[in-house]
Amino acid sequence: MAQGAEEYVIDVEGLEKSFGSHKVVRGVTLRVKRGEIYGFLGPNGSGKTTTIRMLCGLLTPDGGTGHCLGYDIVRESRLIKLNVGYMTQHFSLYADLTVEENLEFVARVYGMPAPRELARRTVRRMGLAGREDQLAGELSGGWKQRLALSACILHEPKLLLLDEPTAGVDPKARREFWDSIHELAAEGITVLVSTHYMDEAERCHELAYIFNGRILARGPAKDIITTQHLKAWAVRGAPPVLADIAGRAREMPGVEIVTFLGDHLHICGPEGGALETTMRDLCSTESVRCEPAAATLEDSFIHLMNSGGGDGRAS
Amino acid sequence: MAGRPDIPKHARPYRGFTRRLWAMIMKEFIQLRRDRLTLAMIVIIPFMELMLFGYAINMNPKHLPIAILSADNSDITRDFVASLKQTGYFDIRQEARTEKQADALIRSGRVLFVLQIPPGFGRDIRRGARPQILLVTDATDPVATGGAIAAVNGLAGRLFLRQLRGPHADLAGRPPPFELVVQKRYNPAAITAINIVPGLIGVILTMTMLIFTSLAVTRELERGTMESLLATPLRPSEIMLGKIAPYVLVGFVQMAIIMAAGRFLFGVPLTGSAGLLLTLTMIFIAANLSLGYTISTIARNQLQAVQMSFFFFLPSILMSGFMFPFQGMPAWARFIGEMLPLTHYLRIVRGIMLKGAEWPDLVQEGFALVAFMITVMVIAVLRFRQTLD
Ligand SMILES: Nc1ncnc2c1ncn2[C@@H]1O[C@H](COP(=O)(O)OP(=O)(O)O)[C@@H](O)[C@H]1O
Ligand SMILES: [Mg+2]
Repeated sequence: MAQGAEEYVIDVEGLEKSFGSHKVVRGVTLRVKRGEIYGFLGPNGSGKTTTIRMLCGLLTPDGGTGHCLGYDIVRESRLIKLNVGYMTQHFSLYADLTVEENLEFVARVYGMPAPRELARRTVRRMGLAGREDQLAGELSGGWKQRLALSACILHEPKLLLLDEPTAGVDPKARREFWDSIHELAAEGITVLVSTHYMDEAERCHELAYIFNGRILARGPAKDIITTQHLKAWAVRGAPPVLADIAGRAREMPGVEIVTFLGDHLHICGPEGGALETTMRDLCSTESVRCEPAAATLEDSFIHLMNSGGGDGRAS
Repeated sequence: MAGRPDIPKHARPYRGFTRRLWAMIMKEFIQLRRDRLTLAMIVIIPFMELMLFGYAINMNPKHLPIAILSADNSDITRDFVASLKQTGYFDIRQEARTEKQADALIRSGRVLFVLQIPPGFGRDIRRGARPQILLVTDATDPVATGGAIAAVNGLAGRLFLRQLRGPHADLAGRPPPFELVVQKRYNPAAITAINIVPGLIGVILTMTMLIFTSLAVTRELERGTMESLLATPLRPSEIMLGKIAPYVLVGFVQMAIIMAAGRFLFGVPLTGSAGLLLTLTMIFIAANLSLGYTISTIARNQLQAVQMSFFFFLPSILMSGFMFPFQGMPAWARFIGEMLPLTHYLRIVRGIMLKGAEWPDLVQEGFALVAFMITVMVIAVLRFRQTLD
């Protein structure tokens, strides 16, 4: 433990949190290495925000222990705050302050030298030039996210906690946002980012999938997929036929997940033999073409959700 | 432990209190500057209230505190004092021994009247020499004292009807056997506005300070900005002081408006020391701001915050002696009144502006305000949740 302490920027074990009688986080263990982009995935209400808030001292865990940047998350939350940039899920800068005023405020609060100059530099560095005098409340979604990210890196934190930073942002802004995250990681900043977009998950070095307050899987995306041993098939054909097949497939042995994916139907299940038999049966008509496909990350998550997390069983 | 980042010198947690506080204050000022509605309210409310309360409410209060400064110990004097009590208008709170003592009592507002009975009063009455007695009244609140003065006048006839039976019965039925000289201090022309204007300073400060700060924390909670504020190294005390400080200035602006309007529209003077008034006003403003801030740590949303402010504001208006003469209220109401900062501030501001009261006269009131302020500030800091739990 002491040996590995240096390696892990986030190292928490068995975190628990309840609101009233509602258990929201049930024993979350996370280890995030220095310089990593760590994806924190899970559907809405699974406990991502609550976990992140415990990491930066905004919520006190009911159980569990851990360190962020080597500081105890309960006793040394103030030191954590000084070295962490936390981007909240909902925009939480001042709508009635301009871009530059918001950044200057943050710089001052963190005690940075030459706060105004720093705010201006950050405006340029983060591509906000030209908007420095605009009120934050009047920015569009993508620019708001960019401003929020700027506000969390201003004080040169070692760790970024980003809570669904790209929710509700258009694809181009999302892509640019992710480019910025990778640039920051390249500078040595560790990033924990929560999301529920699968394509974003694949841009992370490592993932943890949380459902109902429990981590169901962790590791690089491709490892998560391979360890689930799922088999998948793609079915192509005319849309009415595919709709008909989708309806029937759901009732058949070996089929767990049926997804429409653009031009084809994606059918997935854990038992290769049973699924293959079913697929032969479904594809006996001439109007469709069936071929084996790769199981996706989404398949893995749905499978994990179906087979474990929901009730009290262990992850 | 290895791996902990070195803390940059400028970011050390126990440094930089003033920097963070200043950041908070500047932020609040910018937000205030952009909030046109609030700015308008800051200026308009004082004018509006000044006009509204220019018309005072008439009252006939009883049990007003009086001090007796008697140089005569005859049975007539004792009887006179007893029947003074029986009118119901007076509570004899103090026996003053010297004129200086009596002056101090009235200046500090502890009594509204001093009755001076000259030496040989009883003897002179028996002789039919019509001695003078002097009733000094605090006329800053003419409504409060008017009825009482009339009662003393009426006393003369009845009292001596009984007293002068027997050997001096021939004196009865003649004009009143003594002459009542009434000396109205501080507001000889009995203008109500003179009393209302200083009171309004207190009322308006209470209202605006309470409402604005009671929104301070709830607004951040409702807009979601509290989460990122709490994620910064700001401490609860820094957030509190940062939010309170700008409104101290706002309070002084309002005070200046009322004093200027009071002077030019109603001719209300500033008799005493401006420095003392500013100092004590500062404490009063801080007390109200702290209370507002405390409310804002309790209220769940902005509506609740405003409701709670009014819950406090109403008794302040009714029981502080602003609306009704304090000394005319029943004991339980006076007890509640003593708990309110406005009650003490009214004595201060009326004392300084109208009577030229000085610090020794106002020590009690000053300390009452300080005690109130410290109590609520401590509650506010304790109540403030540094986490989102
Ligand atoms: N402050 C709170 N009080 C009560 N319930 C809460 C609070 N914060 C979150 N919850 C509940 O906890 C659950 C998990 O929430 P959250 O951590 O925000 O999930 P996620 O970020 O993954 O969507 C939700 O059901 C939510 O309603
Ligand atoms: Mg969330």
